[in-house]
Amino acid sequence: MVEKETAFSKYMPHVVLLLGVLIIFLPVWLAFVASTWDPATISNGKLPLTPGPYFIENYKRILFSGTSSSTREPVWSMLGNSFIMAIGVAVGKIIISILSAFALVYYKFPLRRTVFWFIFITLMLPVEVRIFPTYKIVADLGMLDTYHGLIIPLIASATGTLLFRQFFMTVPDELLEASKIDAAGPFRFFKDTLVPLSMTTIAALFVIQFIYGWNQYLWPLLITTKDSMQTIVIGIRKMIVTQDALTEWQLAMATAVLALLPPVAVVIGMQKLFVKGLVETEK
Amino acid sequence: MADVTLKDIRKVYPGGFEAVKGIGFAIPDGGFCVLVGPSGCGKSTLLRMIAGLERISSGECRINGRLVNDVEPADRDIAMVFQNYALYPHMSVYDNMAYGLRNRKTPEDEIRRRVADAAKILAIEPLLERRPRALSGGQRQRVAMGRAIVRKPQVFLFDEPLSNLDAKLRVHMRVEIKKLHKSLGVTSIYVTHDQVEAMTLADMIVVMNAGRIEQIGTPLEVYARPESTFVATFIGSPAMNLLKGSVADAGTVAVGGTRISCETGNAATGTEVLVGIRPDEVALKPGAPLTVDVTFAEELGPSRLYHGTLGGQDMVIQVVPHAADPAATRLGIDIPARAVHLFDAASGRRL
Repeated sequence: MVEKETAFSKYMPHVVLLLGVLIIFLPVWLAFVASTWDPATISNGKLPLTPGPYFIENYKRILFSGTSSSTREPVWSMLGNSFIMAIGVAVGKIIISILSAFALVYYKFPLRRTVFWFIFITLMLPVEVRIFPTYKIVADLGMLDTYHGLIIPLIASATGTLLFRQFFMTVPDELLEASKIDAAGPFRFFKDTLVPLSMTTIAALFVIQFIYGWNQYLWPLLITTKDSMQTIVIGIRKMIVTQDALTEWQLAMATAVLALLPPVAVVIGMQKLFVKGLVETEK
Repeated sequence: MADVTLKDIRKVYPGGFEAVKGIGFAIPDGGFCVLVGPSGCGKSTLLRMIAGLERISSGECRINGRLVNDVEPADRDIAMVFQNYALYPHMSVYDNMAYGLRNRKTPEDEIRRRVADAAKILAIEPLLERRPRALSGGQRQRVAMGRAIVRKPQVFLFDEPLSNLDAKLRVHMRVEIKKLHKSLGVTSIYVTHDQVEAMTLADMIVVMNAGRIEQIGTPLEVYARPESTFVATFIGSPAMNLLKGSVADAGTVAVGGTRISCETGNAATGTEVLVGIRPDEVALKPGAPLTVDVTFAEELGPSRLYHGTLGGQDMVIQVVPHAADPAATRLGIDIPARAVHLFDAASGRRL
């Protein structure tokens, strides 16, 4: 379709895009602005649209000492907890699902189909549905308030297994056969051929699962009781809902801004690999 | 270097389908054996059983006298070239060729030397640092062969290696493979459905059909003395004419009212036969009693094909272009007696 370019057709898309960006970005900007003012300015309800002078003070305080009531844990350690949990969940999910997909696709064992369907069915049972039995098991194993308690129940991933399975099934059989003739055993084939070829899938899954792990709310809320084990999502929640003191909004907002950074960094960092993988992969 | 001996090899799939129904032959050391047949005839399955990629249901496969039925592919001392090359897409050409050697713990300087040698033979030296994706089809094919050469195996296995290439490149690579075999002298087994490849490359052709061997022989034997109608029509292009007829008396067969003289051997008079005549062995003879009614002509350049009928049955003859009028509707022909092949009408076997 050939269209004559008018001023309208030239600028309209940009106007629409700018509007979209504004709608998405404005709340984030407001959170950032709020994190740079003192409590008095925020609580009188007249929040300016430009950053205030308390940026360094607020961030320093929240990072290293925490709020004065509700949770006294510094955000630094919450970020650490969240990071360990998100990385643990993402890496754990990738390892478990790539291995199980490898077994499902390349090994012929009895009840292979049944196993596959069992994994498939677990798609219908997210953490929220099986939360009570999972909690009971974790509690009985003494894994409350531990990192492995936070991570392990979340790493079984039917989605990841299915994703890798679909990918492995598109890898030509000749590559496996060439590996066999090249004296590469099953593990070598996995390590030298399948994993490098799956880099794109791994990158995609890592991004999705890192954010999934980072955003977990219910599970950490249930199994962590110590302040030193709480994740940043729980931390923000505790800062906002206070019993008797005023909510320290500037600190809550600073925490929210800090909580945004790692997932954004992961998306931006992985995007390169992701796109590179998409462009380079050829089977 | 090794000979390969197969004894009553069978492949039965779990569903009960028998893909290979008892095949036995021996390839001498340094021989070039081509397995040829239509798709689904079991030739690839047979090759894959020799490679060890497919279990042998029953029978014996020996490489250099050693029974290899239960030996892993890596330990059979074979190298294989696949139809779609099966190069590792994430490795450079060098690494593709070196991979098998590294897995066998060959010292790195030895690997470097062998890869360099192979690259020189195949003229792919400038490509060593590239990824397979950056190569053309012909170059990938060379790399796939390079991967086989560096291993210095006892047997080369080729699984339709040229069928992904365009026609011109195919002819070129065919010549390269022939040269390579001449210079390396390694026993080779080559699977193809292309009879031209089979004829040109082989010093031993195994024609297969429906899981069985139809005929084994040198290209010339198979061409000149096909043992069955299947081989007769499969080898040679254009395909051999097969006309229904019967033995009239010793020395002639009757085909729809006309008579063709030939060697009838000891076939009884009245035996129903298929008369095989290669299109290019028919000679034009104006005014001869034997005639072909021409329907249309096809120009091939060096020759012309006349499609027509003889005694009411389809017949193709191939002659040099200047020998007759392209628009001719009736041609007198002469068929030398030695050019007539007789097959039993019921079994299709040569009489």
